[in-house]
Amino acid sequence: MARVDLKDVRKTYPNGAEAIRGVDMSIEDGEMIVFVGPSGCGKSTLLRMVAGLESVTGGDVEIDGRRINDVSPSERDVAMVFQNYALYPHMTVRGNMSYGLKNKGLPKSQIEAKVVEAAKMLRIDDYLDRQPQQLSGGQRQRVAMGRAIVREPKVFLFDEPLSNLDAKLRVQMRIEIKRLQRRMNVTSIYVTHDQTEAMTLADRLAVINEGRVEQMGAPMELYSNPATLFVASFIGAPAINLIPARFDGALQAGSMSLQGFSDLPTGVDLMLGIRPDVLTIREDGQFKMNVDLVEQHGGENLIYGSLDGVVDHEICLKSGQSVLPAIDDELTLGFDPATSFVFRTDTGERLK
Amino acid sequence: MKFDWHTVSTHIILILGAIFMTFPVWVAFMTSTHAPETILREGLQLLPGGHFFETYNEVLFVEGGVMKKVTAMQMTKNSLILGIGFAIGKVVISMLAAYAIVYFRFRLAAPLFWVIFMTLLLPLEVRIIPSYKVVADLGLLDTHTGLIIPLIASATGTFFFRQFFRSVPEELLEAARLDGAGAWRFFIDILVPLSKTMIAAILIIMFVVGWNQYLWPLIMTTKEENYTLVIGIKQIYQVIAEGGELPQFQKAFALTILATLPPVLVVLIFQNWFVKGLVESEK
Repeated sequence: MARVDLKDVRKTYPNGAEAIRGVDMSIEDGEMIVFVGPSGCGKSTLLRMVAGLESVTGGDVEIDGRRINDVSPSERDVAMVFQNYALYPHMTVRGNMSYGLKNKGLPKSQIEAKVVEAAKMLRIDDYLDRQPQQLSGGQRQRVAMGRAIVREPKVFLFDEPLSNLDAKLRVQMRIEIKRLQRRMNVTSIYVTHDQTEAMTLADRLAVINEGRVEQMGAPMELYSNPATLFVASFIGAPAINLIPARFDGALQAGSMSLQGFSDLPTGVDLMLGIRPDVLTIREDGQFKMNVDLVEQHGGENLIYGSLDGVVDHEICLKSGQSVLPAIDDELTLGFDPATSFVFRTDTGERLK
Repeated sequence: MKFDWHTVSTHIILILGAIFMTFPVWVAFMTSTHAPETILREGLQLLPGGHFFETYNEVLFVEGGVMKKVTAMQMTKNSLILGIGFAIGKVVISMLAAYAIVYFRFRLAAPLFWVIFMTLLLPLEVRIIPSYKVVADLGLLDTHTGLIIPLIASATGTFFFRQFFRSVPEELLEAARLDGAGAWRFFIDILVPLSKTMIAAILIIMFVVGWNQYLWPLIMTTKEENYTLVIGIKQIYQVIAEGGELPQFQKAFALTILATLPPVLVVLIFQNWFVKGLVESEK
C-alpha cells in the first residue's frame, strides 16, 4: 500500500536529449495509473525512473513520502513486469518466482508458501517445475506477474506487458490484470501504447507526449473532455474526426459554413473535432459524405468516406449494424455543435 | 532400389578423405606393436604385431622404459594438469574480463577491450623471453603454477564471452536488479548458467590447445619429471635422430598414440553434449 509522488521529474541524457521534461503527478494508494502515449514519448522512461532502472536527473520520485531517487531498485519495494517477460531461462517457474525472495534471505518454507499461493492465484501451480521455454506466451506472462506478486511490493510496474500476446489472449489477460489489481489493491503503474488497454484498465490515465503529461484524469473524462488536440486525437477508437477550419462568425471548413459556434478567435487555423459516434445520418445535416468503405464490426458498422467540400479529407462515422450504405453512396451527416471540440492547430489548445 | 550416383560419389569422396586422414595414425599405431628389430629391418608396418602389451607397458609404467627416468604415465599426468589448468584458467579469466567489459561502465572499457583484442595478433613467442624472466624471478620454474599462469590470459575467450554476454537480453539484468541480485549474484546465478554451452565449447577447445603446448613447457621445464607428453615425443625422436642406441621406434610411436588419445576422447565424449547445447540455446 503506497502512494507515489513525482515532483517536477526530469530526465536529460548526457548528450543533452530531454526524455522527460518535468512531470508532476500524485498517485493514490491502490490506484491503477496508465501511462499512454505514442512510442518514444517517454512513458517507459518515466516508469523505469520509478523502478530505479533509469537515473533521475531532476526533481524527486517519492514513495510514501520517502525520496527514492538514489535508492537501489531492489530496495524501492517495487516489482516490474517486462514486455518480453524477462524470465530467467535456466530456472524453473518456481526458481523464477522465488529468486527475489531468496536474495532477500527469507526462510525456504516461507518462500515456498508464498510461491505456491501466488501460483494458485494465477493458475500456474501445475507448471511450477517447468522451464519457461516449455510454456506458452500467456503462461510466461503469468509467471512474470507471479514473480512480481510474491514479493508483495508497494508498487507494481507494468511495461507494456501484453504487447507480445495475440489479440484474444491480450483481452483475457487484460481482464485478469484488472481483477488481480483490484483484489490485491496494490498501487500500479501500467505503460501501454494501446489506447483500448489504457481506457479499460486505468483508474486514471496520463496521456504523455514528448516527455510531458498532456492530461491526466479518468478515462471517460479524457474521452469526453480532452484538454488538447493531442489527447483528443490519441484517445478514442476509431480516432476522432479532425477537420481543418477557420472562424469568421461561423466556422468555415472548406466550402462549408457551420453555424452554432461563437467566441472563437479569427484569423488562426482551427481544428474541429467530432467523435465518430456523435455523427448521425440525417436529412438536415451539415456535411455530405461519399462512402468509400464500410467496416462491419458485428455490433456496429464503421463507415469511412471523403467529406464533400473539404479536399482530401476522410471522416469516419460509427453507426448501427443495420446501416449499410453502398460504396459511393452520398450520406448527409449532422452533429450537435455542443458535442464537438474546437482546437487551435498551432498550440493544440482546446478552445471549445 | 535405384542406384543413386550422387550418394555413391559423395560417400566415396568421404571414405577416401577419412582414409587419407586416419592412415598415418593407423600406421603409427600398427608399427608401435612390433619389435624394434622388425621395424628396422622391414620399415613401417600396416598390420598388428605381437608386442602391443610389452611396448605399451614399458612406455607407460617402467622407469627408464621410454625416457631416462620418467614414465609416459607421469608425462600424461603433467599434460593433463597443463591442459585442464590452462582451459579452466582461460575460461575463468576471460569470463570475468568480458563481464567487466560488458556490464560495467568505466571510462577505459572500450580501449581496454581493443588492447586485449590486439594481443590476438601477438603469438606467445613474442613475449616468451619476458615471460620466462618473470616466472624465473618468481621462482616458479619447473612448477605447474609457472607452467599454467602465464598462459591463461585469453583474448579469444574474452572476445567470445563478450559477444555472448552482449546477446543476453538487457531485461534479464534489470529483472535481476529488481530481484535484489548484486553484481556477483547476477554473474553466478544468471550469467554463468546461461553461458553453460559457451563454457563447454571454450573448455574443449582450450583443453586441446593447452595439451598441444610445446614451446613454453619446453623452456619452462628442466627436470625430466616435469615433461609433458608433447615434449617427451620431441625428446624421444631427437634421441633416435642422434643415434647411438638401437632406435626404439615402436616406443616413439606408442608415445605419439598415447599423446593423441586424451584430446580425441575429450572431443568424442563432449561433442554430443556440446552440439545439443548449441542447438538448445536458440531461444
